[in-house]
Amino acid sequence: MSWAFLRDLLSGVNKYSTGTGRIWVAVVFMFRLLVYVVAAENIWKHEHDEFECNIKQPGCENVCFDHFFPVSHIRLWALQLIMVSTPSLLVVFHVAYRENREKHHNQKLYKNTGKIDGGLLCTYLISLILKTGLEVAFLVLFYKLYNGFKIPRLVKCDIKPCPNTVDCYISKPTEKMIFLYFLVATSCLCIILNISELSYLIFKYSIKCYLKRHMKKQQ
Amino acid sequence: MDWGALHTILGGVNKHSTSIGKIWLTVLFIFRIMILVVAAERVWGDEQDDFVCNTLQPGCRNVCYDHFFPISHIRLWALQLIFVSTPALLVAMHVAYRRHEKKRQFRKGDQKCEFKDIEEIRKQRFRIEGSLWWTYTSSIFFRLIFEAVFMYAFYFMYDGFRMPRLMKCNAWPCPNTVDCFVSRPTEKTVFTIFMIAVSSICILLNVAELCYLLTKFFLRRSKKAGNSKQQPDHENKEETKQNEMNELISDSCQNTVIGFSS
Repeated sequence: MSWAFLRDLLSGVNKYSTGTGRIWVAVVFMFRLLVYVVAAENIWKHEHDEFECNIKQPGCENVCFDHFFPVSHIRLWALQLIMVSTPSLLVVFHVAYRENREKHHNQKLYKNTGKIDGGLLCTYLISLILKTGLEVAFLVLFYKLYNGFKIPRLVKCDIKPCPNTVDCYISKPTEKMIFLYFLVATSCLCIILNISELSYLIFKYSIKCYLKRHMKKQQ
Repeated sequence: MDWGALHTILGGVNKHSTSIGKIWLTVLFIFRIMILVVAAERVWGDEQDDFVCNTLQPGCRNVCYDHFFPISHIRLWALQLIFVSTPALLVAMHVAYRRHEKKRQFRKGDQKCEFKDIEEIRKQRFRIEGSLWWTYTSSIFFRLIFEAVFMYAFYFMYDGFRMPRLMKCNAWPCPNTVDCFVSRPTEKTVFTIFMIAVSSICILLNVAELCYLLTKFFLRRSKKAGNSKQQPDHENKEETKQNEMNELISDSCQNTVIGFSS
């Protein structure tokens, strides 16, 4: 089980997406998943070993590291990627449900099981809203947990068993900050894509509905 | 998800590229991505552990390392490769859109549609003309820009392409000016120069491809203005033969790459 599973999942979703949805999948693949695996993971690999405090007191480094990094950036990033990709499964399940229904009744109930209309449209819109909500939630979590998106070179720590206020140095803070900004930028891009897809779908289908009603009235 | 996935994604674009585009793709996978994965990553693997400063002051090493390497070479290269490969996706999306339109026409039962079944539409190779020409040319243009930007960023950040053995650091909390020693500086310099050289080759290939496409465009325009219909058919046959040969060459290259990248 690895990121390849998420990649296969997203490839499956691609089939039932709109054009903007496919761009979203491409952005998630290339700029988030691929960058995470080939670059970001290695930066945070030895973060605990390389976290150094100006003290010989045993346990002080551990305690300070735990205080400043309750959940490591890289783990939050991974969770964000997984959570944000999962709502697309709702669409896949709905299409599978439609196909199952057709098989069960042994007749063609839908013009095209993969077409985004009726119930599938609602599911698609819900998945978009969930995706956007989760993206925003994770960005807010990052911001609140780490006091903004900055990573300082030096943090001062005075938790027991550290005897006094001790200087602790974070490893590769600049590189981590650059990748954190990259993460924020791609998240915002994905939020914009989701919102534009949402507005496009709502607009398209309300126009369709309005025209149908208009035709009915005329008849 | 790794470089192999990128290979799968870009492999599809290969079919619709020019011969120079196929060479560029091969150079990208063999001389850049493969070298990055099998060699360069090992050379830079222990970069912070073996970065040694002549002081016992805790924190000085961390701070000096961060000061001299704001972003590691290896990460910059990985980002460069990702950004440089992305414009090819534009072409892939355009081709997918065209295929989708043809499938729609076919399903509607349009008599203009010349295909017998959907499989043929899926396997069809589109010629680089019309709107696809514009997409393809802009993707090459973006590739060039990204390559140039990253090379400049590299040069600017590291003051050239040499990795020095010794760096003098006096950032706080280092007590005075402290000598810091980089691990494997010669090996890193060699790989840096290699990657820069291959980047330059890729830039040249992209420029050549751009010139080729522009020349083809202007020639086609002038031919449409004057000449007979028979000549383009003859040229089409020659072009298709050339492309088939190039596909065979690049397919065999890609098969060897698949073996390495996994």
